[in-house]
Amino acid sequence: MGAAFKETKLPADAPKSRKALAWVDDRFPLSKLWQEQWGRYYAPKNFNVWYIFGSLAMLVLVIQIVTGIFLTMHYKPDSNLAFGSVEYIMKEVPWGWLVRYMHSTGASAFFIVVYLHMTRGLLYGSYRKPRELIWLFGFAIFLCLMAEAFFGYLLPWGQMSYWGAQVIVNLFGAIPFIGNDLSLWIRGDYVVSDATLNRFFAFHVIAIPLVLLGLVAAHLIALHEVGSNNPDGIEVKDNLGPDGHGVDTIPSHPYYTTKDFFGVSVFLLIYSSVVFFAPEMGGYFLEYNNFLPADSLKTPPHIAPTWYFTPFYSVLRATTSDFMWVVMAGLAAYVVFIWLRSRLSYTTKIAVTVLAVVLEIGMLPQVLDAKFWGVVLFGSAVIILSLLPWLDHSPVRSIRYRPGWHKTVYGVFFVAFLVLGYLGTQLPTPAYTLIAQLATLLYFSFFLLMPWWSTMGRFKPLPKRVTWTAH
Amino acid sequence: MTLTKKLIALLALLPGFVFANEAGFPLDRAPERSDIASLQNGAKLFVNYCLNCHSASSMRYNRLRDLGLNEDQIKNNLLFSGEKVGDMMKIAMRPDDAKAWFGAVPPDLSVIARAKAGTGGTGADYLYTYLRTFYKDDTRPTGWNNMVVPNVAMPHVLWQLQGIRTAKMVKEADPHEHGKTVERFAGFEQVSPGSMSQPEFDTQVADLVAYMEWMAEPTRDLRKRLGAIVVLFLSLFAFLAWRLNASYWKDVK
Repeated sequence: MGAAFKETKLPADAPKSRKALAWVDDRFPLSKLWQEQWGRYYAPKNFNVWYIFGSLAMLVLVIQIVTGIFLTMHYKPDSNLAFGSVEYIMKEVPWGWLVRYMHSTGASAFFIVVYLHMTRGLLYGSYRKPRELIWLFGFAIFLCLMAEAFFGYLLPWGQMSYWGAQVIVNLFGAIPFIGNDLSLWIRGDYVVSDATLNRFFAFHVIAIPLVLLGLVAAHLIALHEVGSNNPDGIEVKDNLGPDGHGVDTIPSHPYYTTKDFFGVSVFLLIYSSVVFFAPEMGGYFLEYNNFLPADSLKTPPHIAPTWYFTPFYSVLRATTSDFMWVVMAGLAAYVVFIWLRSRLSYTTKIAVTVLAVVLEIGMLPQVLDAKFWGVVLFGSAVIILSLLPWLDHSPVRSIRYRPGWHKTVYGVFFVAFLVLGYLGTQLPTPAYTLIAQLATLLYFSFFLLMPWWSTMGRFKPLPKRVTWTAH
Repeated sequence: MTLTKKLIALLALLPGFVFANEAGFPLDRAPERSDIASLQNGAKLFVNYCLNCHSASSMRYNRLRDLGLNEDQIKNNLLFSGEKVGDMMKIAMRPDDAKAWFGAVPPDLSVIARAKAGTGGTGADYLYTYLRTFYKDDTRPTGWNNMVVPNVAMPHVLWQLQGIRTAKMVKEADPHEHGKTVERFAGFEQVSPGSMSQPEFDTQVADLVAYMEWMAEPTRDLRKRLGAIVVLFLSLFAFLAWRLNASYWKDVK
């Protein structure tokens, strides 16, 4: 039992608003929450432009939820009515076209800001101890976002919606033994159909958003618990001032409130330009083929996922049966490398070797075909991001104090990711497949070899205080 | 199924070529139409020539008020068989019959101008070229063929306006394979004249296509006008936010 309840006594002439707040604060930690989470949350003062994308992701989340609610009022999750109801929203519902364009542009905007947000984490080592859980919550948010985008993309019930869903759900069919039953279970039918549409609608409008909101709350609570990293990657809490706050920190309110306000206005400027002048974004945000109603008898000549999935999709396509030999050789070499150069315990090394042998056997063409391993690599390309806090062994967090050649390594990684993304939108020609395979190897090597390369080279000395010049 | 076959089957699911269009026929640019008279003419052509077999089921007749027509004009000029002015542009032909008569159900045209974008031009370019490149071909059930959509199921609905033309094909040596010949399209030949000259016909098709483009997104002009205001407002807002931010941060040492 805590202390007995005590009503805060304010002078009789105190403003009504203060009395009301005191009344609430006695019953619910409103002011406390605000002060802890934002008002008196002390953040490093040297944030640069990379630090806007977290706030922007929140903004886009709100845009998606609000526009989504209004779309739900008019949308019909029925395979006979869905396509028409979207056109009804576009043509007949007052301002429906605006709400729909905001939602469709918001989907792509969400991925753009989240990819940039993750890039920031990568550049400044924001996932390093003690921020591992922030990274994991963020990673889970990213997974939810992918699910949200995938489920939502079926709803307009256009050709690309339909066939995109068909292809992705069929991927589960590659899993041995249970694959076909699993994809049947996901679809609720033998092909993507009304049953599929209805359940995807349920996932899109309620199941995933609920999880997403919870994860966002966890992400922020974890962040405000341990405090923000900064572009220098040094711990601002190591350098406390007389007031008990870091000398290089500043209260989020009003300083980051105004800064985010400015960032938001610039973002909205770009976002609105797309919404009002190029909502299709050349077929990348709204695919042209999706203006044709879904037809289960007519496969479009070109099925590609939306742009934000294409890097991972490219990994899937790059996994041909020939490429599997390269993967097998790479895996074997990796195990040898672990034996020679890793400080892992003997037992762990044995375990890794056993696992690798099992995988190698599975990769033999007589055992499991390349399609299955394509799906595995596709999933691994996403999952491996979550391991970053434990792969990066660099003595410094930020790229600013790493050896110069580390920047090249990051550069190659980002280029490989972008190349994979581009190739995922294109037809696989033999040359493109080869490039995608090379980029896939680079992508995985970046992560799998990180425990070694991240410790190598001459690191620059860390400063005592953050790099900062007054405005 | 062998592994190779499985892989081929997998690859078949994956993206194919983005053809310029089915035949790779170069698209003409649809002339710009921003005047209301052209759109009204296009609406008339659409209702007269297209709306018998094709529906435009997300389009209401009285939406044509946005094109400067009043309800009486719509009723008197565009409604022929007892539709109400508030009805959707639906058709009486049943899909099953359509399938039996044409071999394919004529697609709904509500947003066709948007669906056909990215096929080597804008959706308007596609429609403008498609509607002008029908030619007589006795090997086809309808007697018509098309350059943009080879072996199309649709007959040349506007033939009375354009007249009858055939496609001149010349045989040429295949540049890729020695000893083979390929057929190359070498222009149309007018067999019998239509009620219009070719330039007149092109103008009419341009109007029709402009209408279809408008119909695919009737709010497009509003969207752009509004966008200009929004962007202007946000620029001002961004400027103020920038100065506000600077005034707070100037004290941070």
